[in-house]
Amino acid sequence: MVDAAPILEMTAITKTFPGVKALDNVTLTVRRGDVHAICGENGAGKSTLMKVLSGVHPHGTYDGTIRFNGADVTFNNIRDSEHAGIVIIHQELALIPELSIAENIFLGNEETKNGVIDWVRTNNRARELLARVGLVEDPETPIKNIGVGKQQLVEIAKALAKDVQLLILDEPTAALNEDDSRHLLDLIRGLQGKGITSIMISHKLNEIEAIADAITIIRDGQTVETLDVREGAVDEDRIIRGMVGRSLESRFPDHTPEIGEVMFEVKDWTVAHPQVPDRLVAKQSSFFVRRGEIVGFAGLMGSGRTELMRSIFGHSYGTWLGGEMTLNGKKVDLRNVPAAIDAGIGYLTEDRKSLGLNLLDDIKTTTVSAKLKKIAHNFVIDRRAEHSAADDYRKALRTKTPNVDYGVAKLSGGNQQKVVLAKWLFTDPDLLILDEPTRGIDVGAKFEIYGIIQRLANEGKGVIVVSSELPELLGLSDRIYTISEGRITGVLDKGHADQESLMRLMTKTSTTPTPKDAA
Amino acid sequence: MNKLKEIFGGDTRQFGMIFALVFLIVLFQVLTDGLTLDPGNVINIFQGNSYILVMAIGMVLVIIAGHIDLSVGSVAAFAGIVVAIAMRDWGIPWFVGILLGLVIGALVGAWQGFWVAFIGIPAFIVTLAGMLIFRGANQWVGKSNTVPVDESFQTIGAGYLPEVGPKTGYNNLTILIGLLLCAALIGGAVRNRRNQARIGADVGPASVMWIRLGLITVAILAVAMLMASGRRGTSLPISALILGALVLLYGFISTRTIIGRHVYAVGGNRHAAELSGVRSKRVNFLVMMNMSILASLAGMMFVARSNASGPFDGVGWELDAIAAVFIGGAAVTGGVGTVVGAVIGGLVMAVLNNGLQLLGVGADMTQIIKGLVLLAAVAFDVYNKSQGRRSITGLLTQNFGRRATQDTTETVKQES
Repeated sequence: MVDAAPILEMTAITKTFPGVKALDNVTLTVRRGDVHAICGENGAGKSTLMKVLSGVHPHGTYDGTIRFNGADVTFNNIRDSEHAGIVIIHQELALIPELSIAENIFLGNEETKNGVIDWVRTNNRARELLARVGLVEDPETPIKNIGVGKQQLVEIAKALAKDVQLLILDEPTAALNEDDSRHLLDLIRGLQGKGITSIMISHKLNEIEAIADAITIIRDGQTVETLDVREGAVDEDRIIRGMVGRSLESRFPDHTPEIGEVMFEVKDWTVAHPQVPDRLVAKQSSFFVRRGEIVGFAGLMGSGRTELMRSIFGHSYGTWLGGEMTLNGKKVDLRNVPAAIDAGIGYLTEDRKSLGLNLLDDIKTTTVSAKLKKIAHNFVIDRRAEHSAADDYRKALRTKTPNVDYGVAKLSGGNQQKVVLAKWLFTDPDLLILDEPTRGIDVGAKFEIYGIIQRLANEGKGVIVVSSELPELLGLSDRIYTISEGRITGVLDKGHADQESLMRLMTKTSTTPTPKDAA
Repeated sequence: MNKLKEIFGGDTRQFGMIFALVFLIVLFQVLTDGLTLDPGNVINIFQGNSYILVMAIGMVLVIIAGHIDLSVGSVAAFAGIVVAIAMRDWGIPWFVGILLGLVIGALVGAWQGFWVAFIGIPAFIVTLAGMLIFRGANQWVGKSNTVPVDESFQTIGAGYLPEVGPKTGYNNLTILIGLLLCAALIGGAVRNRRNQARIGADVGPASVMWIRLGLITVAILAVAMLMASGRRGTSLPISALILGALVLLYGFISTRTIIGRHVYAVGGNRHAAELSGVRSKRVNFLVMMNMSILASLAGMMFVARSNASGPFDGVGWELDAIAAVFIGGAAVTGGVGTVVGAVIGGLVMAVLNNGLQLLGVGADMTQIIKGLVLLAAVAFDVYNKSQGRRSITGLLTQNFGRRATQDTTETVKQES
């Protein structure tokens, strides 16, 4: 902080929502040209702080001062902050699928001549900007035709079009695979060389460790500390200690598996895409789960892991073309979700907000929603049974909430996930399929969810965990299957698996090589 | 102020609408020199609007599930004409006629539900088509004539409770029903409170519950007294009795049963509901079918009240029913709304209509005012959503709420 004046100083920021103090006297100083990471558990106040900075929470609704480029600033909306050179890229990308890359880049900021859009200039400038972010695509390609990794790059190009000085990235790699993540981090590094300062919010501590120059840790709405990486390396455990206020020696709790007989088996399962009948998303997939076993599924985005699991769960995805399923020694044919639930299968979705929760519901209605029969007599719901069931799960999973009448929309990601988990535990499943159970969840809650998963296995249930995070799969699973292009490409025992062997199997392609093969 | 909010707020999400309703009644009572709360007028308001309110009950479920039904007026007219002709030409008794009407409603509903639920055509399109189809069917079946119905059938639309028991100057049955309703409400509230307390939920002070119950009891008894003290021969209208029974039935179904939960689940997030084992197609089918059954009932009530079925019965009813639902706090996007809210929303429109009529305001101005009220109610709803609140209720209690939050913020600041 001695070398140059900081680009951003946020001092004593306090922001109160009715009944909650979201930010309490938070201070953030960002050096010019740094990549500054902000870490904290979900609900710690990171996003609120960024909303204060970008003018989403206008000046006057918070206490404290913001100095940007050495001058006090008061932003009343996002336009103000963008005008000053602060651009925020949200986790959920703000691109319009039907418009082209170029149109998206200049949306709200159109290149015009006499009030009419100058398409030649628009496309030329878009091409320049795409080159700067290293994206080789025709600017006239519609956004919907490029992958989410490339869309992220378009967002950055859009920020560059606005002459950004301070780029804020909220969980930029949450939806990206390893390759795309690496490319994005390289790009952020590259922008740094061109004088653009970045603030990055991320839960992926290895990324932070790799890229950040400084790390500010926020916990419960307060600044815990700012670690300066330039003064000495900071490792993951150090960050975790700051975030949770304690050290997590082992992130995976001890678990001695007691594996029993095979309780679930799938043979030659084949499924076609719901809209494109000749595209197979699962190709003759066979696997089994034993009692008390945690079985991991590793695959890149688009490998067909989610599609396979959803198809198994009552044919809830795609068109089933063939395959057999055996549950507890009996052949079963579960063609709809209610049948699957009744048979004792639960599926926790990877997409919590759009497939897992009704955000209008409260905790208790969500908890019982997948098996209302259990708390109903003659189709009439027993509200006392509902309340006490929900309360039992709240206590067992240690969901942080004032009470079970609380709306799920108001909970943090980790607590929402616990409620969805409670919903599935409430159905008394024999086999629980967990698709990305810790996506978008902070470290503390992750640790708790690992504990719950292991407890389930210890109770003799079969558990399937699908995850993009290899360390998570390696730490948790007793056996790991790999999927690539809808095909199961291998299975590794706990002792024999490591990140490299998994990655090799995950990228194994059968016939037509794709550029991904290079990895 | 906090006390006030506790009394009206809490679990009665309809407070805002009740407040608006009371305000309108008082306003018109003053402006019309007491005509509004004249027994005859109160009876008239109920009798003249029950059929719309019956449809609002079905409509709120349709809207909670995320659909809309534009065909209700035409379906009501179609069922009305078929029943009227069947009774005239085949001489079937009134109760068989009612049954026939309900069966027609079920068939029509099954037709529309099939297209919405199983083929996946938006309800807006299906019921827009239904609006044309069944209007045409009404005029084709009835040859565009008006068909009268006999007196026995007229009871469901124009009848009153009979006079029984000792001469008290009031209609005894009406008073009795009022008293029973109060007793049931008080009993239910006390039991509910005991249950809540047993499971450890926060029940709030007892005084609040008693004041609230007291106000509701007084309101019910006042309406009962008014209706019971009217012109001899009039009392609680049968149509209002039907409406009341349906409110209780559907209120229960929507809040306390599995199918009710499923309607909210499908409207709130269809995909999440399906992945939780809800058969959303079945839910959509039933909701659409139920709407047409209730529309047929409404159609018959109207025919009974006007003594005849005509080719232009039910024109524009869909808009009144939809307006009632949205004024009653339902969300355009589905998943939000209550049966009681829809009925109160309908009553707000009814009182407004009636009051303006008594004041001699023309049909032109009445429509303009009603349109503005609907727009304002939904605008508040949208505004509230952008503020993170759920419905119009929020706005009308917000002054209390905001003051309360400000108080706590100040205390927090003083403490820190």
